[in-house]
Amino acid sequence: MWRFIPFAFKNSMRNRRRTLLTILSISVSLFLLAMLMTVYIAFYHREAAPEQALRLATRHRVSLTFPLPEYYLARISQLPGVKHAYSASWYGGVYIDRKPLHNFPRFAVDPDGVFLVRPELQAPPDQLAAFQRERTAAAVGRTIADQLGFRLGQKITLQGDIYPGNLELTIRAIFEGENDGVMFFHRVYLQEGQPRGRQGWIGMVWSLAESPEAVPRLAAAIDEMFRNSPQQTKTESERGFYLSFLGMLGDVKLILVSISTAVTFAILLVAANTMAMSVRERIREVGVLKTLGFTTGTVLTMIVAEAAIIGLIGGLLGSLMAMGMSAAIGKMPLMFGADLRMRPAALLITLGVGCLIGVASSLAPALGASRMRITDALRHAG
Amino acid sequence: MAIPLSYNLRNLIERKTTTVMTALGIGLSVAVMLGILGMLAGLNSMFQATGHPLHLLLLRKGSNAEVTSIITPENLQVVRGKEGILAAQGEPMISHELVTVVNLAIKGRTGTTNVNVRGMPQVGVRMRSESVKLSSGRWFAAGQRELTVGRAAAQTYAQLGSGAQVQIGRAHYTVVGVFDGGQTAFNSEIWGDGNQLGADAGRAGSLSSILIRAADAAAAAGLIRSIAADQRLIVEAMPEIEYYLRQMQSGLLLQYLGIFVAIVMAVGSSFAAMNTMYAAVARRGREIGVLRVLGFSRPSILASFMIESTLLSLVGGALACLATLPFNGFTNRLANQVTFSQVLFEFQVTPAMLAVGMGFAALMGLLGGLLPARLAAGKDPLTALREL
Repeated sequence: MWRFIPFAFKNSMRNRRRTLLTILSISVSLFLLAMLMTVYIAFYHREAAPEQALRLATRHRVSLTFPLPEYYLARISQLPGVKHAYSASWYGGVYIDRKPLHNFPRFAVDPDGVFLVRPELQAPPDQLAAFQRERTAAAVGRTIADQLGFRLGQKITLQGDIYPGNLELTIRAIFEGENDGVMFFHRVYLQEGQPRGRQGWIGMVWSLAESPEAVPRLAAAIDEMFRNSPQQTKTESERGFYLSFLGMLGDVKLILVSISTAVTFAILLVAANTMAMSVRERIREVGVLKTLGFTTGTVLTMIVAEAAIIGLIGGLLGSLMAMGMSAAIGKMPLMFGADLRMRPAALLITLGVGCLIGVASSLAPALGASRMRITDALRHAG
Repeated sequence: MAIPLSYNLRNLIERKTTTVMTALGIGLSVAVMLGILGMLAGLNSMFQATGHPLHLLLLRKGSNAEVTSIITPENLQVVRGKEGILAAQGEPMISHELVTVVNLAIKGRTGTTNVNVRGMPQVGVRMRSESVKLSSGRWFAAGQRELTVGRAAAQTYAQLGSGAQVQIGRAHYTVVGVFDGGQTAFNSEIWGDGNQLGADAGRAGSLSSILIRAADAAAAAGLIRSIAADQRLIVEAMPEIEYYLRQMQSGLLLQYLGIFVAIVMAVGSSFAAMNTMYAAVARRGREIGVLRVLGFSRPSILASFMIESTLLSLVGGALACLATLPFNGFTNRLANQVTFSQVLFEFQVTPAMLAVGMGFAALMGLLGGLLPARLAAGKDPLTALREL
């Protein structure tokens, strides 16, 4: 079968303009599909750090926006099977202005626990020690530091909204790792500036289990522990927590999937149309080929192979464009630090869809032409 | 002299399969764009419909959403003393409100989402009586653990049937009625008594926002100035209408996505239209020769092919418009990125939007038809007549 590839290639070069237009139209659409898939993967299938399977998120049962009493952290840390735990409170606030670039996630945390529960976030030990020692210190991820040009020792001011008052912070550590688009600072520092009634509360608790098997048991144990408290909890695995968080974004999944489907069908129609045109023009040649002794199967393979090559080239071009684009926007600040680099999975799917579209679009006209009786084919008027 | 339109129509009908396939391809592009436009139109008209022209909304300085704003009772007392606030039936039109969120399950889906809960005094309901009407049951009573829920919220969330129990903070609330907020954003909310909710949500004494109605437009402007100038207050007043218009930025991501998808698909579809039209020109070489010999000029050949290409894509555009019509009024969910809770809004098909869709289709046709039409117009009549 492979020896027909040069023939198929030559055939596709016969009407160069048409082939080029088809490839362009397929590649543009596949570029869009690849971008949509990249967004989808970044949101719903982000790669898990090995620690992720070990992490648990505990929040107020009613909503993430309700706080938990401080002592919950100590109670959770003491549970057998919990290696480390820390509390995280969403600070919100304003840094300079409300531009998306300046609106990176900021959490008040326990400075020791956070890097124990998230060992994938790595910082030089001296910086880490400096951050943990100083009450007004902040640690930022490499992504943010690069975007905003933060340096060690730089002082920044956050203007509070959920928590009244301003926070003066000094950057003491810059960490790197998966999903490092975040800033941490000391919970104690945030708390002491608050009115008395608002002290002693934390947003949520993150904990690290000893083994993946312990995770479901611990989740149940934590919720059971606080079942009769005024603030009941909901504990989920980290993945479960992110998925329920994404659910709040609305019908994003539906929008992405429906656009992708429409795009794929549009390309299929376009490609099928071109294939039908080019096969129709060549019916007489098919007659000649069959007279020379080529079987129906061989003729079919040749036409389908040509279409598959066109589809594949379109897919390749589209993927290249998508890679360029995602590399460009991957550097821009986006919600939740979603990583928009194109994944191998998206690349493979794009190429596969390109190839499949080629095959599917040519199948009907190729079948019709190859099954035609030689006499009819030879008599066919272009 | 122009070539009659029926020539183009007949050509399109003659090559049925190609016409339908190309038109469908273009139609899909238009449909995707219309889908996004429809959601934006719904979102837009909802935020525009919310708010009374004489209402001022007071939030903590620096806060841009009710959920992140915290106002102390002392501030409320100062605001109560301001001049220019309308009084009805001897009561000043001031509603101090607490806005928080609860997680509720969506009907037919797994997972939960944030829903706005608004606690207010009875006057808060009266202040909104122009746009918000009770549609079944009754309003929540003062000092009771009762909720009256918005129409869209009642339809979307599983736990909000009449008589249902909802947990808020440490207490259970009973749903006693459903209100119809017309086109407003209140439709996605749950309302209850402010003091009771504050106590149960662990936020007794602190408020999220204060809504006041000014006596007239001049009084409203005066109130904004006097609140900004008052040293005792750490709140900011803005027209309620403006507050909701600002929330349109929730649709920003959707808008960017829409523009991006529309441009990319337009380029792709133009290539497709180009392909079809090149094929048409190639097949009709002899016809073009005949037309030229009959005396039709180059410009009229150019115009004729451009018209044919535009007709082709208009068929696609029309199909797309027809396909979106049945979705008019569908409820969509989207995260309000300002208040961090869900807004429920209707998918809206507006005439302007359909016009934009048709225009978009025509543009694709024109772009795709230009080069092939030039090729056709440039043909030498005698050579063309000799073509196969």
